[in-house]
This record gives sequence, C-alpha cells and structure tokens, in this order.
Amino acid sequence: MPFLKKYLLPRIVQYLVVILIGATLIFFVPRLMPVDPVQQTLEKITIQGAFLDPDAIEQMRATLQDLYGLKGGLGAQYLTFWKRLFKGDFGPSFAQFPTPVMTLIKTSLPWTLGLLVTSTLLSWLLGNILGGLAAYYHERKWASVLESIAMVMRPIHYYIVALGLLMLLGYAIPLFPISGGFSIGRKFILTWDVMLDILKHALLPALSLVIVGTCTWFMTMRLLVSNLMAEDYIVYAQVAGVPDGEIAFKYAIRNALLPQVTGLALSLGQIFGGALITETVFAYPGLGTLLYSSINAGDYNLMMGITLLSVIAIATGVLIMDLVYPLLDPRIRYD
Amino acid sequence: MDVLRVQDLKCFYVVESQGQQREVKAVNGVSLNVKKNQVLGIAGESGCGKTTFLKSLLGLVRPPLRCLGGKVEYIGNGKATDIMSLSKHQHKELMWEHISYVPQGSLSVLNPVRRIGDTFESFIGAHMEPSTTKHQYEELVCSHLEALGLPEDTLRAYPHQLSGGMRQRVTIALATILKPHLILADEPSTALDVVVQRGVIQLLKDIQEEQQNTIILVTHDMAIHANICDRIAIMYAGKIIEEAGVEEIFSNPRHPYTQYLIGSLPRIGDKAHRISAPGSPPSLSDLPQGCSFHPRCPEATDNCRKEEPMLTGIGGDHRVACLSLTRGDFNADQAQVALDQ
Amino acid sequence: MLRTLADMMNQDKRFAFGFTVMLILVALAFLSLFSPHDPRQWNVVPRDRPPSTQHLLGTTSTGQDVSWQATWAIRNTLLMSLIAMLSSRVLAIVIGLLAGYSGGTLDRILMTLTDSFVILPLLPILILVASILKQSLSVVNLGILLGAFGWAWDARLIRSQVLSLREREFTYTAILSGMSTPRIIFREYLPFIFPLITATAMNNMLWAIGMEVTLAVLGLVSLEVATLGTMIHWAVNSQSILLGMWWWILTPVVICIFIFIALYMLSLSINEILDPRLRVQRMTK
Repeated sequence: MPFLKKYLLPRIVQYLVVILIGATLIFFVPRLMPVDPVQQTLEKITIQGAFLDPDAIEQMRATLQDLYGLKGGLGAQYLTFWKRLFKGDFGPSFAQFPTPVMTLIKTSLPWTLGLLVTSTLLSWLLGNILGGLAAYYHERKWASVLESIAMVMRPIHYYIVALGLLMLLGYAIPLFPISGGFSIGRKFILTWDVMLDILKHALLPALSLVIVGTCTWFMTMRLLVSNLMAEDYIVYAQVAGVPDGEIAFKYAIRNALLPQVTGLALSLGQIFGGALITETVFAYPGLGTLLYSSINAGDYNLMMGITLLSVIAIATGVLIMDLVYPLLDPRIRYD
Repeated sequence: MDVLRVQDLKCFYVVESQGQQREVKAVNGVSLNVKKNQVLGIAGESGCGKTTFLKSLLGLVRPPLRCLGGKVEYIGNGKATDIMSLSKHQHKELMWEHISYVPQGSLSVLNPVRRIGDTFESFIGAHMEPSTTKHQYEELVCSHLEALGLPEDTLRAYPHQLSGGMRQRVTIALATILKPHLILADEPSTALDVVVQRGVIQLLKDIQEEQQNTIILVTHDMAIHANICDRIAIMYAGKIIEEAGVEEIFSNPRHPYTQYLIGSLPRIGDKAHRISAPGSPPSLSDLPQGCSFHPRCPEATDNCRKEEPMLTGIGGDHRVACLSLTRGDFNADQAQVALDQ
Repeated sequence: MLRTLADMMNQDKRFAFGFTVMLILVALAFLSLFSPHDPRQWNVVPRDRPPSTQHLLGTTSTGQDVSWQATWAIRNTLLMSLIAMLSSRVLAIVIGLLAGYSGGTLDRILMTLTDSFVILPLLPILILVASILKQSLSVVNLGILLGAFGWAWDARLIRSQVLSLREREFTYTAILSGMSTPRIIFREYLPFIFPLITATAMNNMLWAIGMEVTLAVLGLVSLEVATLGTMIHWAVNSQSILLGMWWWILTPVVICIFIFIALYMLSLSINEILDPRLRVQRMTK
C-alpha cells in the first residue's frame, strides 16, 4: 500500500523521533549543566532546616540521587530513565513528598486540557472563518477593519494579552474573578451553580487564548485565501454564477482549511506553551500553574514530569491530526 | 439575428511598476457581431489577446485588467444587455442560463477536494427554480450526463481521479446542461492528446446542433477551426485582422498573417515545406506604430509603418484589416477629407 | 540603500511604522548610556512616586526611576533578541541550505530533526533548562539559549526556498560550468534567500522577546539585569497592579506591545516584497 508507506510510515517515524529527541533533551540538558540539582536541593534544606549531621546528609544525597535517577554511569542512568518513562513513573514530587508526580499531574491535566481544547478549537474556527471571509470580500469595509485589528493584535505575546485582560477586566472593570478555577470553598459536585462558577473562572484565561489564537489564524487564513482567489476553480465558479457565500465557504475557505490543519498540528506545541503561561497569570489550576509552583519550590522531578508529559502529549496530538488529515483531503486518500 | 455585438472594445492590463504605468493592450479596439446558431472561431498565436477577449466577453474584467472603452451587448429575450455595466447580481443571473463557459479542462478548474457531483449541485443549484424537486434535479443531471456519454459514477469521483478527456467532458456537461444561448469555450482541447481532442470537439459540435446555441471557440489550432466553425475571426496583437466564413478563410485568405497561418497547416499528400510567419508577435505593451504586423509582413510599405488599418469589408461578409487590400477605400476617404476642406 | 529605504517607507505604511518605532527604540536604548543611575542598584530615588517632571514615568517600590530603567530594559531586551536572532540564523541557514541542496537521506534526517524541533513544546523544555541555569542566564547566555531552540521553523522555510531554486535554470548552468558546491550555495543561493532570512529574522526576534518575558516573569532569568521581562516581573510581583501603580507596570507592557507590532509590521512588509503575488493584490485593492 503506497499510502501506508508514503504517508503513514514517515509520520510514525516522526512521532517516535520527536519523543526520542524531547526525552533525550530532557535527560541530558540538566546533566550537562554545571549545576548539580542534588547539591542544590541539599543546600536548600540545610539553609532552611537548622542542623543535620553529615551522615544524614549523605543518606539524603543517596536517596535524592536515586529519586532523580542519578545513580550509576550516564548509560545506566539513561536506561533507568527510559524504563521509568515506559512505566509512566516520574518519581515522587519533592516539594510534596511522597506524592507521585503523576498524581499531581493527573489532577491538573483536566483543567489545562479543557481550557486548551475549547479555546484552540474556538479560535481556529473563528480565525479561519473570519480570515477567509475577510480575504474573499477584501474590498468591503468590514474586511479591512477586521484585518487591521488582527494585524495589530496578532504579534502581541500570550502573557501580555493575559496581563492586559487581567488589568482591564479583573481590576479596572472588575467583571470577572481574577484567579483560580472555581470559587474557594465550593464543593466539587456537578450542579449548574458549580458549572457556572467554573465557566466564569475559565472565561478570562480562555478569552486571552482565543484572542491571540483567532488573530493568528485570521492572518494566515487571509493570506491563504487571497492566494486562492486567482485559482481557476474559484474564477470558474464565479463565472458560473454560484452565489458568493457558497464560493467563499465551499471553495475558498474549505480548501484553505487543509493547510491550516497542518498548521494547527505544527503549532500545537506553541499553543500549549501559551496556555501554560496564561494559566500562571490567572492562577488557573492547570499544568501551567503546577509548573510555576514547581519552579518556585525547585521541584525538578515535577518539572521533568510535566515537560516529558507535554512532549508525549503534543507529539501524540500531532500524530492524531496527521492521521485525521487524509479524511479531509481526498488527494491523499486515493493516490 | 445577432446574439452578441461587440463595439470597439478596449481592455488593457494596467500595471504599475516602479512608479510608472504600463498598459498591456490585450484587447485593442475589437468590433464583432456574432449570429445566432453559429460556431465562431477565434484564432491566433498565443499572446495575441484571444483569451483576454473571451474573458471580457464573460464580463470577467478585474484588476489589473480594465475596460477602457467599447461595449459588449448580449441580445437575448428580445432585449440587449450591456455585459460591462451589469451589477454583480444581474451578472450572476445572466451567466449559465444565457451565457456559459467551457474552460480549459486542466486539473485546476475543478475544486480538487469536492466531488464532481457537488460541483454540479452548486453550478446548477444557483440557477434552478426553487420549486425544483431533488428528483427532477437528479433526472436532469443523469440524462444530460448520459447524453454526453459520461457514466453516472463520474458524479462521485474527485477531479484527480478522472482523465483529461473526462474532465473536459465534465466541463462541457456543466456548460451545456442549462441549454444556454451562448457558449464561450477557451481552448477546450488544448490540454488533451490528439485522439481525445477529436471526441471532445465533436461532442461540442453535436450539442450545439442539438441545442441550437451559439459557440465562440477560442483556440490556436486551425485544424479544429476548420472542423467545427462556421465563421472564423483571426486575432493579431489585440485586434481582429480578418473575419470571414470558414470556407472563405481557408480558400481565400487575404491578410498576409492569415495566409501564413493557413499556409503552415499540413495537408495530406502535400510534402512541400511549411512556412510560418517570420519573427514572433509584438509585445502587447509596446506595439509597433502603424499596422502591428508590419515588422513581420513581407509586403509592408512605408504607409504600413504609419497608418493603422481598419477592419473593412471586401465583398460578401469577408472583412480584412490590411492597407494593401483596402487602399482603394482609404484613398477615397482621403479624397473626401480633402474635398471637405 | 538609503533610496530603497525611503521608497519602502513611502510605499508601505506598515514598513514606515515599524521602522520608525524601531528607530525610536534604538535611540532610547542609547539613552541608557546617559543614565544617572546604575540599573542594578535599588533605592536610588524616592519610592512609589507617580510620573512628574523629575521622574518622567514615576518611580518603583524598589526605588528606581522607571524611565531610566526602561532605557536599560530596551537596550538589554533588543540586545538579547538580536543575539538570539543571529545565532538561530546561523543554525537555520546552515541546516536549511544543507538539507535543501543535498536532498536524499541527509535531507530526510535533517528535516525529521527540524520538524521535531517545530513540534516540540519548547516552553516547558526552556523552563526546565532555565530553572537549572537561572542565575547565570545573563543577556548573552539567554540570547544564545533561545537561538539554540528557535531555528527550526526558519530552517524549514529556507529549505523549501532552496528546493525551488535548485530546479531553476541557473543552478544547472552553475553546475555544468564546474562551480563548486559551496560557491553555488553562497554565490547563487544566498542572495535569493536573503529577503526570506530578513523577514524570518524579525519574527524570530519577536518570538525571542516573548520568550524572554515569559521566562522573566516566571523568575527564571537573572533578575537584577534590567530587561522588559524583569521589569514586568518586579512590577507584577510587587503588586503594582493592586496598588494602582499603573506607571510601573504599563511602561514595560506598552513598550513590549510597540516592539511586537513594529517587528511584525516589518516582517509583513518584507514578506510582501518577497512575494510579488501579494504586491499585486495590494496594488489592485
């Protein structure tokens, strides 16, 4: 099957390579650094907790080395690293000893996933539809207004947009709660009130992600569709008297969506990074905030766990999108 | 009865480069009447403005192409409509029901990610009475496809799954299904190999005979013109330089350029060396003074370098734009001018 | 050179805007040379003062003058993004040219590597690296670190440009006339991909500044160095929003927004010069 060999195989190879490179980076980079995390942690403890006798420190060093997977030579360490990775064992969190890193991640992941998936889908659809329409009806007034807005908003970084929204809608005009994922003290049961509360808390973080995302997709889509405008099949449909709305959606936008699916797959990692940083601004209880607290606590195990998991999750997301793509493009499906 | 009247049409590509405006005179003063139930061929080398002329007949005049003068009138339902001054909505209503178009059937004219059936639906759906049932629509499409020798499966195929000949048949089917009065065809056989070409051209001719509509066929292939056209107009450098019935053009070509075009055609049994016109057509943005053909013309005189020849009748419905043939009229005009003064 | 610049300023408002803003920012960066205060020193001026003639943009809770601090921040941030941009250019050009020109297995290996870097979620990885380096992440080090991670997308673009150049006539002419491979690449290809390199360079600086801000607000760079990121970090962490000290937080935020928009406009404008199709569309509008 040429489809399997030409399309599927390279993508599965790519999937494995991404994980290999990501994991290897995560393994080697800390080890190449001039800083010894074990020493660092020990210093931290000795500064905080009065006096410890040298024996206890040595014992702790050994435990820490084991926890961080720093026992034995580099080769042996690398092997242990992969073994643990396959078992989904990222070791215990150091700041919240002995809770496994995996448990902490599991409680945060749904928040991030919910925020990420809804805001990404929404902004992808919104940006592509608006951008496509603005390119198709480029001589209209509203199209150039939309374009100007998107052009100015597009380059502004996730953090700045989030901070701006926080200042504007959290402090200056306090419409929304400024932090957290739900009101403190609320019981976590499935009622309308709780849902509404969660929604209200998610609104600002989601809004900042949607603003940046929509403008990004808008700009690329506008470019794609305006390049399509001179395509023979679009001119042909226009000559045939097909209504403009139909051409805009079924010919221009529909066709330009294909490269945008690839674009989405390729920028998934960046969007994920954006979600992490947005979470920290609003103290949203997802992976980003977890990562932030692990930075502050110097919890390397947790940081490594989150990073490794992000690499695997993003790579898997890209692979899934690559597998879905042929369903949208008949040229790949049948060739 | 005319279906189309073109009067002194001027459509130029206006391009600005480095602060300077440049005009590419693709359609430079064309006048032409097209009669009902006729196949008119437009011939000429590539780069002479044929395709641009056809585009402007379709009302497809978009920047950088601009209409700088003249009129294109379509006569249907007993009234004349100026195609150039239609609103977008009126234009969409006129197209396909009255005037349709057969593009070159290359892969790029059909949306690569839609099935052929979807294209039929959007092309025809736009012009059907709202009361038409799905059943009626399907019947219309299926019977039309059958008449054109296309299997029903075609509707479920994607463009890239069809051969070039099939795609061209699909474009013909799309253009003819609503029985328009006028069909404009742009090089419909150029992308195909010779054997398929014949079939496609024959199909177009058959439909025309059955539906009794008018076809304007643009192609550089004189053999195809000879095959199906009733009349032929020869274009050179954005102008029509000769126009006559098909037999007249082939048996009695008068313009030196037409003579070259006809002379370059191979004939069965004739082994003589073919000559084509020396040199190449002029750049449309930098036309020579006087008759545009004079740099390549063996009979050019000093006059040809100064005067621009007009398309003039020389008996019957044969019109030529060449000073050497119309000199008589030309002199008479000059005499008239002198007298007036 | 000056003429083309003037032409572009006239032709494209976006270019004019971007260029002017960048020029002003560079001038502001140079002003830092005249700063009366050491940007690392705290409590050199009265604290928490709103804007006045003495302190144009007010002072901070750490006792620093916001306007002078901003000139240092602009200088360091631009310098950092310039280093990141230049070092990632080297990687992107070498990998892009090599992959595009050589083709075959080497191309496939390099592209798999490149795509991996495109797909990888760089932020958590950078956070991990930065949290270990932390205090040693000076302007130069951070620039190099970001350069080492930010080359992949541009290498991809350069490769596809080289692929299309490879099919053109002059490549065959050059090969047939016995030109050596490095000569073909540097003499024949580099001039063609130069505009692409500039346009992507602007985007890369944009990305680097965004990353710098991100890492700084997370407290992962050397915090005593004044950059736009560390300025925001101090302002946010000192509760300037809650205390209503808008001059402190808004100054770096507004400067960031201007840099982002200016760089983006420049890259859009240069991209358009690159792609004649876009130019025609704009002209006919």
